[in-house]
Amino acid sequence: MKINLTKITTYTIIIFIIGLFFIGLNKNNIYDTKYLIGKKIDSFNLNSLTSEKKISNLDLEKNKFTLINFWASWCGPCKDEHKYLLELKNQHNIKILGINFKDKKNNALDFLSTLGNPYYLIAKDKKGKSSVEFGIYGIPESILINSDLKILKKFVGPLNSSDVKEILKFTK
Amino acid sequence: MLSNIGIALLILTLVCSASIINFALTDLKIKNNLVDVKLYYLSLFQSTFSILSFFTLVTGFVISDFSLINVFQNSHTTKPIFYKIAGTWGNHEGSLLLWINILVIFSYLFLIYNKQRNKVFRVYTLIAQNCLILGFLIFLLINSNPFSPLLPIPAQGLGLNPILQDPALAIHPPLLYIGFVGSSIYFSAAIASLLSEEKDKNFAKSIKAWVLLSWSFQTLGILVGSVWAYYELGWGGFWFWDPVENASLMPWFVMTALMHTLLVLEKRNTLYSWTIILCLLTFTLSVTGTFLVRSGILNSVHTFANDPSRGLYILSFLTIMILCSLIIFFKKNKKEILNFNLGSKETFILTNNWFMAFYLATVLIGTTYPIFLEVLTEAKISVGPPYYNIVIIPFLIPFLFLMATGPNTNWIKNKKKYFSFSFWILLLAISLNFIIFYVLKSHNILTNLIFISSIYLIIYSLFDFSNNLKKNSSLDLPRTISHLGFGLLVFFIGINHSFSVEEDFNLKIGEKKKIENYQIFFKDVKLENDINFKSIAGEFIVLDLKNNTQEILLPEIRIYNKPETLTYEAAIKTKLTADTYLTMSNISRSEYYNIKFQRKSFMIWIWISVLLISLGGFLRLFKKK
Repeated sequence: MKINLTKITTYTIIIFIIGLFFIGLNKNNIYDTKYLIGKKIDSFNLNSLTSEKKISNLDLEKNKFTLINFWASWCGPCKDEHKYLLELKNQHNIKILGINFKDKKNNALDFLSTLGNPYYLIAKDKKGKSSVEFGIYGIPESILINSDLKILKKFVGPLNSSDVKEILKFTK
Repeated sequence: MLSNIGIALLILTLVCSASIINFALTDLKIKNNLVDVKLYYLSLFQSTFSILSFFTLVTGFVISDFSLINVFQNSHTTKPIFYKIAGTWGNHEGSLLLWINILVIFSYLFLIYNKQRNKVFRVYTLIAQNCLILGFLIFLLINSNPFSPLLPIPAQGLGLNPILQDPALAIHPPLLYIGFVGSSIYFSAAIASLLSEEKDKNFAKSIKAWVLLSWSFQTLGILVGSVWAYYELGWGGFWFWDPVENASLMPWFVMTALMHTLLVLEKRNTLYSWTIILCLLTFTLSVTGTFLVRSGILNSVHTFANDPSRGLYILSFLTIMILCSLIIFFKKNKKEILNFNLGSKETFILTNNWFMAFYLATVLIGTTYPIFLEVLTEAKISVGPPYYNIVIIPFLIPFLFLMATGPNTNWIKNKKKYFSFSFWILLLAISLNFIIFYVLKSHNILTNLIFISSIYLIIYSLFDFSNNLKKNSSLDLPRTISHLGFGLLVFFIGINHSFSVEEDFNLKIGEKKKIENYQIFFKDVKLENDINFKSIAGEFIVLDLKNNTQEILLPEIRIYNKPETLTYEAAIKTKLTADTYLTMSNISRSEYYNIKFQRKSFMIWIWISVLLISLGGFLRLFKKK
């Protein structure tokens, strides 16, 4: 029997693609961040926005809890959540690491000087690549981790007052 | 009441579809060249019922009949009448009804406009098209019924998403649907052609007008969508490589390739199989795009709704569609021997196809890669503009050169010597490029090459255009206009990208800010009340210090009440040389506002260029008649 290679390849590719679509459809967890919880964050090494210093995962091990917040001066919703970040700044158990996403340094600093600075460290991610590695889709997003660097919760979109309450519950 | 009428009309449409398939199969057994008159009547009834069902839904929206869930969820009594009507297709269910209407209307029109063609071909086209209609109708009735009733009847609706309340967006879906849903007719015709004797040249002739029609509308639809994104989304961009945009662009690439291949099939009677593949691929990609956008499998800035059951149906339907067409294709396709001369017109057209296939693959991979990666490795990534820019832009350069040269070659064997002429045009393009860079001051090798190649195409097309006028022949005019449009499009996107000014800053009332040659003065804010929203309107005076002119810009922050949403309306002053674009957003607990100021060079020319591309298609269509 003659085997038609074109035919077989075409069918295989089509079935493979459609199969993946079916699996992808059933997963349906694209914005569902439940499965991230309990996982350790990957190691990272980023430049600081304000100094020559490097910021890495080792810095975060010293904190009881760290909220990693992804933000930019050009992002409207980031302004909305800013007051909640300032509120969290006053809690002694938690430190906030800001990751400045695809932003200009001057704009970012202006933003903080106008609205206040809730961050204990600010890293810059000029190309947005590192943020993607964190599993970030868009900004603002925030990840709450403990001193073992395990993810306790991920917040997609701007934080609100009930998110703050939830964070406080974790950090008590 | 309307709910019952609507559902009854949809069921009647469905009955017509099933009857058409039934009678068509019987008719195939009769060996004559006359299509059974019953099929004409049934198709006419089917179109009538389907159009009536659509108008029933429009009526529901116009009279705000909240006994329909769809109207309740997407409309409101205080909404302006224009947006009430546009609300009909501003949601998943309504747009699917529009989708079915186009399938049905195209089916009828194809039947009556191809009377001179082979009967078996026409009847098979009708059967294939009605299978599609039936599939989508069942989906509409069981999963996405726009006529689902609601009890008790609420007094008020939830309103239409404010960012959809825009004139451009009101006409965007119908245009785009005529484009990519219209492609269903040559999908069906391709299946019919494989099953009948209507092949090669005759097949090309039978679908040419439909390809042109859908391509021209698709181009317009994409244009209007981009204009909307530019005006409404407040980022100042017009193309974001968002999955929804990609879903409309992918069929466009294939349609463009198909349109060119049809020329070869018509003139040289070759590339039949390839043409069939392109016909099948266009509609398959349209449905794939719909699946990606409406199932929630992808996250996009403007996905319709996340409903996996919806996705499951579309994906199952898509699978059946692809497998059936592949089986028929492999069974009925005949082997072809291709014999092309390098430098002949057909080789150039084939090169166009390869470029289109490359662009298609790039966009398809970029759009679906995140899904595949997540399924296979659980990693989450997003593919953004840098990927597309890096992969696509370098390939635009040879493409533009070939686009200029290709149309002036001959069929079969090229004898014309265009080398010296091309050389002078290239020299002219290079000089113009340097003048542009000298005047506007910027430097980047890739941008230089893009400018040179696009200017080359523009000059070439203008030369062809004047030649056409001189010879008083309009034969090649549509092509010249479309190619000119494409050259201008790339050129103006390049200019726009390289020479625009953009600045983000905070300002309070009474303050001034100087950016390059512009001074922005924040004069005042006013609170205004409209029917369906409140607005905070800023008044800004933008002074052009170089030319000593001033413009007043009034950006707004709108607070819509139904549903409660905040939108930022950009203030845009359009001139032939540049757009001045300003948006403002409030900063909580501060008297400062965040201002985004942009000066976008030659923006309007980007729109005009796309209009020219589409105009070429319409002119060709008109000329055929």
